Amino acid sequence: MCGIVGLFLKNPKLEPQLGTLLSNMLETMTGRGPDSAGFAVYGADGEGVKLTLRGPDQAALSVAVSGLEAGLGARFETVERDTHTVLSVPAGREDAVRAWLQANTRGIDVVSAGRRMEIYKEVGLPAQVAGRFDLAGMTGTHGIGHTRMATESAVTTNGAHPFSTGIDECLVHNGSLSNHNDMRRRLEREGLTFATRNDTEVAAGYLSWRMREGASLKEALESSLRDLDGFFTFVVGTETGFAVVRDPIACKPAVMAETDDYVAFGSEYRALVGLPGIDKARVFEPEPARVYAWERH
Amino acid sequence: MPNFDLNRAPLRELNRTLHALRPDTNESHWTVTGPDGRHAIAAGLDAPISVEIDGNVGYYCAGMNKHASVVINGNAGVGVAENMMSGFVHVRGDASQAAGATAHGGLLVVDGNAGARCGISMKGIDIVVKGSIGHMSAFMAQAGTLTVLGDAGEALGDSLYEARLFVRGSVRSLGADCIEKEMRDEHREQLHGKLKAAGLAGEIDPSEFKRYGSARRLYHFHVDNAGAY
Repeated sequence: MCGIVGLFLKNPKLEPQLGTLLSNMLETMTGRGPDSAGFAVYGADGEGVKLTLRGPDQAALSVAVSGLEAGLGARFETVERDTHTVLSVPAGREDAVRAWLQANTRGIDVVSAGRRMEIYKEVGLPAQVAGRFDLAGMTGTHGIGHTRMATESAVTTNGAHPFSTGIDECLVHNGSLSNHNDMRRRLEREGLTFATRNDTEVAAGYLSWRMREGASLKEALESSLRDLDGFFTFVVGTETGFAVVRDPIACKPAVMAETDDYVAFGSEYRALVGLPGIDKARVFEPEPARVYAWERH
Repeated sequence: MPNFDLNRAPLRELNRTLHALRPDTNESHWTVTGPDGRHAIAAGLDAPISVEIDGNVGYYCAGMNKHASVVINGNAGVGVAENMMSGFVHVRGDASQAAGATAHGGLLVVDGNAGARCGISMKGIDIVVKGSIGHMSAFMAQAGTLTVLGDAGEALGDSLYEARLFVRGSVRSLGADCIEKEMRDEHREQLHGKLKAAGLAGEIDPSEFKRYGSARRLYHFHVDNAGAY
């Protein structure tokens, strides 16, 4: 089943409320996915790149960060949130940080990297997950979220969405892909690496690869309709973009609302009910096999 | 006129109250506010009452309806009026997928568009959609009519049995065993009756529609296909 949500703000006045609005949307989708939840938020533009690290607990994360600082002889700005720590790394040092963490830590994962994007995900009810990371207190321009009801693999944090395979790129997925093993092999030949055996991570990797080759977000999603086989509704975020696509059969539900202030996506209309001015919004069901994309200017 | 605000009282209480009404009840007109996309609103009604819902509803609104008249002043989610037996359901906005699925009778009118699989496996319902319908509509439809003032998506009427499909606009493609059929006087008369029931008498000319139905080639096992099994 699973529930997915997304909110892309056009009006900067709503930015302080992004986390609160997204948190309500996510919690409303608990019935569709009570196992685990995750979300990506595009917040303030930082210096260099923000790496979101995930560990077993905050103690293990601070040990890793102290070790990293000693090892590289540098100080990094951090923001701690429960089992995640956002590490601000100056441009050019990302590879060194990743290499040090890989060589010297166990159980610490880099969940995402971005100039603006941070990703948080954990096992548990969506309200608890959102609460642990204080999603309601976050601000930003856009965000996406996912509530998971696992059907084909274990309930683990690694299986939770969003998945990120590129800087400021992330994806949530409702559905299941049937050609992900073959596609993963093809993408690995193109130099991409995958952290899990999850089908959704392959979809994220596919889009990263297409965009790396010069495609726009919209073009990458259009070609995914040709190359990915299975059931899917995707909601995708990039540093400045937000997009939605459904497979041609469109088994997985989707509803969208657009006003002058925002574009919102929900697996069900219920998720959109709390948005400001929803009564006046243009509410529509995205058509199958059609890419809907928005870009901030 | 009783009103039920779903932001104040639980949905189950509404449905329980409506289910408890006797056929000769005097409380025959109900209004529901604050639907907020909740599922199964006014499902399983079994009395000649009318229910008017102000706002957007979730899945299966007015499902299994019998005798009742349900008006939705908004959009409807998946499976509105699914398995309706009789009565009337009117969606003033758009309907999502599988509107009127498997329904045996009654009339479903959608003022806007209906999504994919509209009237899938319909068994006697009359559906009138003033906008367009999505792909795989009337899949395996067995009886009833589907009237569309706009266009139809891919694979209309796939594996159709005996329902009659009237489409005024374009049809992106026909499904297996669905063919265009001659529009004779009896069909124009039938269509006129359905349009009239939907409140469109005199507004729409039945002769602008094309009729689609079953070629009946999938009814029986064909010995030439034996090698396929």
